Amino acid sequence: MPSPIIAFEKVNKWYGNSFHVLRDIDLSIQTGERIVICGPSGSGKSTLIRCINRLEEHQQGVLRVDGAEIGDDIKVIDDVRKKVGMVFQQFNLFPHLTVLENLTLSPMWVGKLPKKEADARAMEQLQRVRIAEQAHKYPLQLSGGQQQRVAIARALCLTPKIMLFDEPTSALDPEMIKEVLDVMIELAGQGITMVCVTHEMGFAKAVADRVIFMDEGQIVEQNTPDAFFNNPQNERSRDFLSKILGH
Amino acid sequence: MSKPPSHPPSKRWSWRSQAFRSLVYQVLAVAVIALLVLFLAHNTATNMRQRGIQSGFDFLLGTAGFDIGESLFTFDSGESYLQAYLVGVTNTLRVAVLGIVLTTILGTLIGVGRFSRNALVRGLCRMYVEAFRNIPILLQLLMWYLIFTEFLPAMAEAWEVGPFFLSKGGLNFPIPVWANGHVWAAWGLLLGVGAAVAWRKHAWSKFIATGVPHGMFWMPLGIFLACGIAGWLLGGAPTETNFPIRGEFSVENGGSLTPEFLALLIGLTMYTAAFVAEVVRSGIQAVPQGQAEAASALGLSQSHSMRLVQLPQALRVIIPPITNQYLNLTKNSSLAVAIGYPDVVSIANTAINQTGRAVECIALIMLVYLSTSLATSVLMNWYNARSEIKER
Amino acid sequence: MSTYAPIAPRPAPAAASGWIGWCQSNLFHDWKTSLGTVLIGLVFLALAPKFFNWAIVDAVLNGGHEACQAAHGACWAVVKEKFRFMIFGRYPQEEHWRALVCTSMLLSLILASCTRAFWKPWLPALWVLVLVMYFALMRGGVAGLRYVETDLWSGLPLTILLASLSMVMAFPIAMLVALGRRSGMPAIRSLCTVYVELIRGVPLISVLFMASFMFPLLMPEGFNIDVLVRVLAGITLFTAAYMAEVIRGGLQAIPKGQIEAAATLGLSYWQTQRKIVLPQALAMVVPGLMNNFISTFKDTSLVAIVSLYELTGAMGMAMNSDANWRAFRVEGYLFIAFIYFVFCYSMSRYSQWIESQVNKSRQR
Repeated sequence: MPSPIIAFEKVNKWYGNSFHVLRDIDLSIQTGERIVICGPSGSGKSTLIRCINRLEEHQQGVLRVDGAEIGDDIKVIDDVRKKVGMVFQQFNLFPHLTVLENLTLSPMWVGKLPKKEADARAMEQLQRVRIAEQAHKYPLQLSGGQQQRVAIARALCLTPKIMLFDEPTSALDPEMIKEVLDVMIELAGQGITMVCVTHEMGFAKAVADRVIFMDEGQIVEQNTPDAFFNNPQNERSRDFLSKILGH
Repeated sequence: MSKPPSHPPSKRWSWRSQAFRSLVYQVLAVAVIALLVLFLAHNTATNMRQRGIQSGFDFLLGTAGFDIGESLFTFDSGESYLQAYLVGVTNTLRVAVLGIVLTTILGTLIGVGRFSRNALVRGLCRMYVEAFRNIPILLQLLMWYLIFTEFLPAMAEAWEVGPFFLSKGGLNFPIPVWANGHVWAAWGLLLGVGAAVAWRKHAWSKFIATGVPHGMFWMPLGIFLACGIAGWLLGGAPTETNFPIRGEFSVENGGSLTPEFLALLIGLTMYTAAFVAEVVRSGIQAVPQGQAEAASALGLSQSHSMRLVQLPQALRVIIPPITNQYLNLTKNSSLAVAIGYPDVVSIANTAINQTGRAVECIALIMLVYLSTSLATSVLMNWYNARSEIKER
Repeated sequence: MSTYAPIAPRPAPAAASGWIGWCQSNLFHDWKTSLGTVLIGLVFLALAPKFFNWAIVDAVLNGGHEACQAAHGACWAVVKEKFRFMIFGRYPQEEHWRALVCTSMLLSLILASCTRAFWKPWLPALWVLVLVMYFALMRGGVAGLRYVETDLWSGLPLTILLASLSMVMAFPIAMLVALGRRSGMPAIRSLCTVYVELIRGVPLISVLFMASFMFPLLMPEGFNIDVLVRVLAGITLFTAAYMAEVIRGGLQAIPKGQIEAAATLGLSYWQTQRKIVLPQALAMVVPGLMNNFISTFKDTSLVAIVSLYELTGAMGMAMNSDANWRAFRVEGYLFIAFIYFVFCYSMSRYSQWIESQVNKSRQR
């Protein structure tokens, strides 16, 4: 089996001295896999994916991304961040720049691309998420769903190998969730490795290769979506599923 | 639940390590500052040697050789510099504490006045704030001093209002002669605080049990005052008061406040009150209108709504900036040197001129003000932490 | 069931609208309000005519001090007589035009810098150019102009020079200190915190004393610094600490997610600060910085205590030096207070206008 693109080996993390947020995480993700992570709030799901691009630091264990071990080495972190794109719950677009400027910022200043090429790449990504006509507007002039799609396009401008999604639809009004999920489903069909923390079970069923259920810092169960939703093995998984699928 | 490892994973000591880089930057920064300090200290030492200026704080024990216009306790030119400094500190505190109390009252009234139903009151409060905020405090102090020294009559023809005299020589007022009975009264008041607190605890638990509020405010107040009066009576009920009387050239007896003190107090109070008014106004505005509406929807009266719902929330917003204004008032009292009130800066100025020990004297000034600011910051942080609205 | 027919809007009943309605609602709403209106009205009627008489009717505009002493009203003649001394202080009479030119130049530059049209990359270079010209013209000694020592620079030009120059110089220091206080490196954070808390805990007067008495001692042998430079350095250090706090407030208001997003895009620390954090933070704190400027403008009045005579000091000198006019110091004070008020009030209104502009751009 080819080596995994993301590998967690007995990774542990503490907040302060007492809160053990990630406990002995062992996880392998292959290239091109689409993973959905779900679980109650406070279970450490966001912390897990934020460790992948070093937005959080783990204290114990080994975390490898695309072969390189993530640690204190600045060069490794910079390299990883160029390969991993992230989409946040709160979009985190830069409000003082236009949509186009938001997208070309990194290619120009980090990727050292000339402006013409950066603009072309940006427009291509905007078309991919079907929002090209808003290129010269400011983020706060767009709706929540539109902003999140811009955020996805911004992450895609780095041509990443891995895309991380941290509850991308949780801050959206219900009528805007569909447009973002549609973009994500389309992305999933194009072969990019995706790790997605979400409560949208419909998305998981449609797209995921594997569903991982986390509770209290541990991976409780991982399985294919069908197996997980129809036949949860663990008591806690059953409990969680009954709460979110109940109504 | 296991504990985090006490030794972090081993780091490579290379430029690529984040920890190493930050260490290098910090060491560089500290080194640069240290070198600068050494350079300046060396220059200072050389210059002082050249000019024959001594250094050290031993001058504090030497004789001051100057008189101080007013102080809380007796001081003459034969006392030490240290004594002079203490007089300065007490003078500063005198004007600062009184100023803080007065400015809070005035500022709150004006701040609340900006929400008055009456448009004239609102307009006048607004004009007060704009007028006093936009003129420098030094200029205001000079004007008040001018009023006190030019437009008030000479002491021989002082204005008389009841037992009070107002003139170019300041304000003269009757002051009780300190006797044993007053000490008893002070002890009585102290006991009264304890008794009042105890009574209120009792009344509060009764309220919790029965829901009937009984004697929650006026009783403790009454107990507090009664204990004080009882102490006064036990001490012999001294009533002797020193009344000021109009002498031939001046007003004699009684307590007095100099025009410098009055000008400084009034100037500082009115200037800072403009800022306090703005702080109070923003505090009241910070409480969402919905809070008052919800309170009245629950059937609370206007005063209950104010006391239990709006004021606690407004105070949270008001306390930090108002503490800032108190500190500003204390720091602005240093301008006393411009109108001749002997506060700590004024006395330090005299000391510098007499001994040439600029570094030491300025360091002492800064020490006095820094300890006040620090003490206030600590108090304020404690209050802030205690009254924070707890969030997830 | 009645059928729906749209109702056209009608004007409100007369008693509730227009200025009658306003008066009723704001002045005579209930007995308390009415009482207040009546009382204030009475006080106003009692005092206003007296003040009006003093300030305008009986006032003396022309003539010498004898005319003023003979009259009962305000002596505005003292303002006319001492005007140039109060505004320009000890600057030589014949060279006043130079101070005027320089100050107008500086004021225009400041006003221009406030408008969007001038926010171009060449603005700092323009500032340097104007400042060089300012100092050359004020000081003289070149191009046949008479040399004027810096301790003769006084009055309103000095106020404006001290306030604007110290703000401009304090700004980069304040930015670095604000960033330093938010840094993850404990040594740098402590150094910046100590600096800010030290300066904010002491009155300006002690900093001015320090500048005036101690800076000469801190310099290497034989190195003399001008009193103006000393005072400017003191005010700059003082202002920078307060500005750093204002900027830090703006930095704190930037959501952490912005910095995380920048990190995921691969931007370095300085790139993030320069392109993402500082543009937003600085735009947010413009009202706070304007407050700083207004405070600095008022604080320059303190330099009289270290022998530099800006507007307040110049007025004091003008009034106290001439025994004939000493009795009319009140008018002099009022005039200077009026000048300060005009400057400071306009600046605060401008800052309120900017705040409203910034808020407008935040809405969809």
